[in-house]
Formats: sequence, structure tokens, C-alpha cells
Amino acid sequence: MSQARLIRLEADILGKNARYAAANRDRFTAQGILALNLVSSPGSGKTTLLCRTLEMIGAEFPVAVIEGDQQTSQDADRIRATGAPAIQINTGKGCHLDGHMVGHALDHLVPAEGSVLFIENVGNLVCPAAFDLGEGARVAILSVTEGEDKPLKYPDMFASADLVLVNKIDLLPYLDFDVDAAIANARRVNPRLRVLKVSARSGEGMTQWLDWLRAARAMALAARVPVAG
Amino acid sequence: MHEMAICESIRQIMEDQAREAGFARVERVRLAIGALSGVEIAALQFGFDVVMRGSVAQDAKLEIEEVPGSAWCMPCARTVEIAARYDACPHCGSYQLQVTGGEDMTIRELEVV
Repeated sequence: MSQARLIRLEADILGKNARYAAANRDRFTAQGILALNLVSSPGSGKTTLLCRTLEMIGAEFPVAVIEGDQQTSQDADRIRATGAPAIQINTGKGCHLDGHMVGHALDHLVPAEGSVLFIENVGNLVCPAAFDLGEGARVAILSVTEGEDKPLKYPDMFASADLVLVNKIDLLPYLDFDVDAAIANARRVNPRLRVLKVSARSGEGMTQWLDWLRAARAMALAARVPVAG
Repeated sequence: MHEMAICESIRQIMEDQAREAGFARVERVRLAIGALSGVEIAALQFGFDVVMRGSVAQDAKLEIEEVPGSAWCMPCARTVEIAARYDACPHCGSYQLQVTGGEDMTIRELEVV
């Protein structure tokens, strides 16, 4: 009979993902890449917003897109139609992207130095919250056709976000959605949260979003730490 | 929903440990799960047995220690306990809270043979 023994571990369960995310982050920092993790529930208008954003950026600065979906390459096809380089990750049964998948996608996509990399996560407000991808900022998209209590129902996602885009505001006249209540709920979960109101369809608020992108990109470039040698 | 992925990470860590520390089987595993870690403990327990099948931790006993959420209340200037991220300070009612604990998920210890 062998003796049972006790091993004290104190191991972070998400430690492996954290290591992959850190490697991605180092890569972004070295190349002055602004990586954005775009999260939302399905149907928030994330892909449409992204296509419109890419059209507005045009040739102003380099961009690249990683698309995460359980199935199909439809979203990556829509993105490529704007001229932006895009790669599709199909998570299959998975409900979120993780640091390893993104690292693998980077090997294939190879975003240019100083580019803005948009990582469109799987439409899901629960699971992607727990998985760091190494992004510089997390952007949550909340559309006005959803409830204003979403930030309270899915607090982990809003707590980990840096910016919230309240999308589809062109529909506000037809809805009972209370924008101020939604923003107040989001700030209850995360007092430091920044909020922009946009409509990918009408273009309202899109210049402010572009300004935010330019400023965030400038910070990523300024903080760039090129690899020695 | 991502509890299965969490279970797979736990399995991976234990398989790695089995090679490093040289053991054949895990009899008991003790986790510490923060109240604000976004994990449903019932779902984790449900997924555990399924994911551990065929691993060094097949039939292992799962123990979960729940770590309460804590936050620094700015108006009170002290640490308070919270059950959810959107909770107000239980003393002054303010939402100016900075979460300081209960966000982590760790494997505390393994009993192995």
C-alpha cells in the first residue's frame, strides 16, 4: 500500500491562459499594436459596427481583425469585404476565445507594426469575461434593443471592460430603453467605465469612437518597447 | 457555461503535476473559488466528474472552499465584504467600491498516491 501525500499547490486555474495572454501582450507592446477585445451578446451589431469602423479608418492606419465564432466564416468574409485582413477562429463547442487561440491566429495574421487589431469575441456576455487575450483594452458593445439592466445581469463582463459602446441609438425613438439608466447600471459595476453612444447605421457618435481609437492607438505607439537586437 | 473549460484547466494542471511530482492518482483535490470569479460552483461540480474521466484524477473527491468577495470602500476607507460586483457598501450604501478579493480561482492542494 502506498502512502497518500499532500501537495500544496496554490496554482492559478487560469494560469496557463494568463501565460499565453502575457505572451500576446508582450508581442503587442513590442510592436506598438493596439489590441481590442470586442465583447457583446449575440445580435448587438458588433460586426456591422466593426465594418463601419474599418471603412471610416480607411488607409489612415493599419488594421487587422480576428473573428471568433462557434461556426461559419461569414463574419470574416464580411470584414474582408472592407479590405481589412481578417482571420476566422471557429471555437466549435467553445463559448469564448482564449489566449492560446489568439496567439495562434497572430502567427498567421501577422498584424503590421502600429496597427489596431480588433478581436471580435464570441457573442456571449458570460464566458469571455474570464479569459484574458492580452488585449490593451476591452470594449463591450451594448445595443439599445437589449435591456438596460444587462450590466447588472452580466456584471463580470462590464466590470472587466474599459469602454462601453451603446449601439443602435438611431432606434431610441422607437424603444423604451433608458440610456441613462443603462449607463448608471454599468457604472455601478465599474465606476471607471467610459461610455460612448453610437449608431453604426446612422453614423451618430462614430467620430467620437474614431477619436477614442486614435488616442488609444497613439498611447500604444508611445508606450512601444521594441525588442532589443 | 465555461465551467467545462475551467475543469479542463484543472485536469491539465493535475496531469502536469503528476509528471513533475511523480504520482499516479489524485484522491482529493481542494479548490478555492472566489465569489466574484464568475464561476457557478454547482456547474463546476457537475462538470468535474465528467472531465476527470480517464485522467489521474478520475474518481477524485472534489472539495471547494468559497472565498468571499471583498472590496475597498472609498467613503468608509475600509475593506468590506460583498456578494456581487454591483453590491453597495453594507455600511454606507456607496457604490464607490474597488474589488480587492474573491476574484481568483486556485487549486489549493492535492492528496495523491
